[in-house]
Amino acid sequence: MNEEVIMAGFGGQGVMSIGQLLAYSGMKAKLEVSWMPSYGPEMRGGTANCTVIVASEKIPSPLTTHPNSVIVMNLPSQTKFVPKVKEQGLVVKNSSLIDEKIERDDLTIIEVPANEIAEELGNTRVANMVMLGAYIAEKEIIDLDIVKNSLANVLPERHHGLIPLNEKALDRGYNLVKEPASV
Amino acid sequence: MAEKQLMKGNEVIGEAAIRAGCRYFFGYPITPQNDIPAYMARELPKYDGVFLQAESEVAASNMVYGAAGAGARVLTSSSSPGISLKAEGISYIAGAELPCVIVNIMRGGPGLGSIQPSQSDYFQATKGMAHGDFHLIVYAPSNVQELADLTFKAFNVADQYRTPVMVIGDGMLGQMMEPVEFMEPIDPDELPKKEWATDGAKGREKNVINSLALDPRDLEILNERLQDKYKEIKAQEVMYDEYKMEDAEMAVVAYGTSARIATKAIDMAREAGIKAGLFRPITLYPFPEQELAATTEKIEQYLTVEMSAGQMLEDVRLAVEGRRPIEFYGRMGGMVPETDAILNKLQEMRGE
Amino acid sequence: MMEKVASYPDSLTEKKFHYCPGCTHGIVHRLVAEIMDEMGIKEETIGVAPVGCSVLAYDYFDCDMHEASHGRAPAVATGIKRVHPDKMVFTYQGDGDLASIGTAEIVHAANRGENITTVFINNAIYGMTGGQMAPTTLEGQKTTTSPYGRNLKEAGNPIRMTEMLSVLDGPAFIARVSVHDPKHIRQAKKALRKAFRLQKEGKGFTMIEVLSTCPTNWGIKPQESLEWLEEYMMPVYPLDVYKDIEEVE
Repeated sequence: MNEEVIMAGFGGQGVMSIGQLLAYSGMKAKLEVSWMPSYGPEMRGGTANCTVIVASEKIPSPLTTHPNSVIVMNLPSQTKFVPKVKEQGLVVKNSSLIDEKIERDDLTIIEVPANEIAEELGNTRVANMVMLGAYIAEKEIIDLDIVKNSLANVLPERHHGLIPLNEKALDRGYNLVKEPASV
Repeated sequence: MAEKQLMKGNEVIGEAAIRAGCRYFFGYPITPQNDIPAYMARELPKYDGVFLQAESEVAASNMVYGAAGAGARVLTSSSSPGISLKAEGISYIAGAELPCVIVNIMRGGPGLGSIQPSQSDYFQATKGMAHGDFHLIVYAPSNVQELADLTFKAFNVADQYRTPVMVIGDGMLGQMMEPVEFMEPIDPDELPKKEWATDGAKGREKNVINSLALDPRDLEILNERLQDKYKEIKAQEVMYDEYKMEDAEMAVVAYGTSARIATKAIDMAREAGIKAGLFRPITLYPFPEQELAATTEKIEQYLTVEMSAGQMLEDVRLAVEGRRPIEFYGRMGGMVPETDAILNKLQEMRGE
Repeated sequence: MMEKVASYPDSLTEKKFHYCPGCTHGIVHRLVAEIMDEMGIKEETIGVAPVGCSVLAYDYFDCDMHEASHGRAPAVATGIKRVHPDKMVFTYQGDGDLASIGTAEIVHAANRGENITTVFINNAIYGMTGGQMAPTTLEGQKTTTSPYGRNLKEAGNPIRMTEMLSVLDGPAFIARVSVHDPKHIRQAKKALRKAFRLQKEGKGFTMIEVLSTCPTNWGIKPQESLEWLEEYMMPVYPLDVYKDIEEVE
């Protein structure tokens, strides 16, 4: 197994955090992992992105030219990264903020109204977790429980009170894919 | 070894230094190494250590000079333009034969350049750091675990040879997170006392830390001693790694981040029926010259891959001594080579 | 038996000074050594030598010494002091070293209140390199790099480091003294002793600027150089205590 995923969005949408959460969970699941952020001025106010690789074998490069999957939180990210996804790859798309259609027809596209769901949960800042939950459900590379158990390792201590909320957000995204009818 | 942690490369450097008994850090902000001073500023006070943000890199390297002379394990870190400024202090540290560890998280140059990953300070690190006949031992880790191991080792080796040691990475290695396990911490109070240090001449002759010798013969003697030291370092400290070299007909020679990327290109080349392997220097100085030369028995063609215009390439040529053709693929300015491009180059060299 | 009132300081080595006839470095070395003797701190003191005429100070002071690169003595001293906060650390620097190439280092060491003592020798010229214009060279003063006399429009003004540093909050004690006659030498020693004492008490950065002579590069006789210092340097660099935390307290 070699999963390469890019997560992208506005600064502040929490793409770095879900990337770290996925990487940490992979490590707990005894897989090889790497997390590589974009850095520098592009992070200030603009788009942020990170590349996470989860693999059963040693990871040669933390970067990828053609990811298997992308999680896009906003339109600029969709425009930039969807063309790079491998054929038959996966796009998890934040349909709350992106109206524009994806032209490619070879891809699996999961539309997640992440902001709306997060708002229902009472905090739009967990939209990122909704997206990650949906991704986990689709890819099944790591058990959702491991991801939940890794929240405490990744979130700064001052946010540990929000762990239950983050778990709920992960569940909502996860169930959206697993049990679409119930959502 | 403790449990695995997921940590950013830059922070791993800081943690490894503290575990190696380093309690002093002097530095100046510059991207993309800023997480190192931030980590030290946060952690060192917990160990009664000293973090000091100097007024410049020049001052920082001279503070390191003072602290190293005073007998401490001391770290400074910077990125390319800052290392140029630190070069002054580093030359004095080498001349005075003091141990210290310097980290360079390289970015694109020359001049102000960019903040993206680069390997264009190879010449500076291995040959032309500053004035005078001296070398640093230069470690080039290519993953976060190696950053931890080599930073830790750097302090021991620096003390062993009384020489400055550089750990050289790039923005990518510094920013990325990977699982890491750390060595058991060393208590600096339990390290052997440095009898030559300036810590007050109580009950002994005075100590002088100095790199000045106005009599040329005296200075030549100092230089002969340095050269003997480098000879010993060359004999004892070479480190390198090989990947799929056992049956390889072509070898990529690359270090650090370039080597990681090349690994993937090698796997792809193997799938395409090309018997490629990787020769990866871990010490850039001393360069694994003889070890690389030995591969010319079996390897028919070499490809050097760097994030520069071809700097290590010169050492590869010196080692191969014209026995086999060597080609080069590099990106500059902060661009990172893509695996496809390296694969294409290998195929092209194979006449495919 | 007669009482012994003066002797060779224990804190100086037997090595003969290389300084030119009429140069006042020797006097200041001796004053610093006498203070080390009197305070009994020779075995706990680390001196930092500069680049300049006093580069070989490490041969003369009989305590641990660390030679610095040009201008960086305060940074080197900072490194030493942070490792050994309980030891005495002093820098000994000339005007080219401290007031030109080393301005950043001295300003920030002073501003941090780094608990070290700086002995600053101002003789208005670069001595070791052969008489070039220093930042402290006087208006109209001829040097090899101001052969027609220092022109303020082109070369800027004589720099007053003592006054500049004394406005910072970090320093504990900053004074300017001179060593051109015995009375002033006694005053200079008093100021130096206070600086070392304040360091011992952990009060912060202390600096004593010492107006000094350079007959060789000024191109005059030793006796004349003492008069020249008094007549021309003292009006531009007035002697005084510029910062003293003990007065404030």
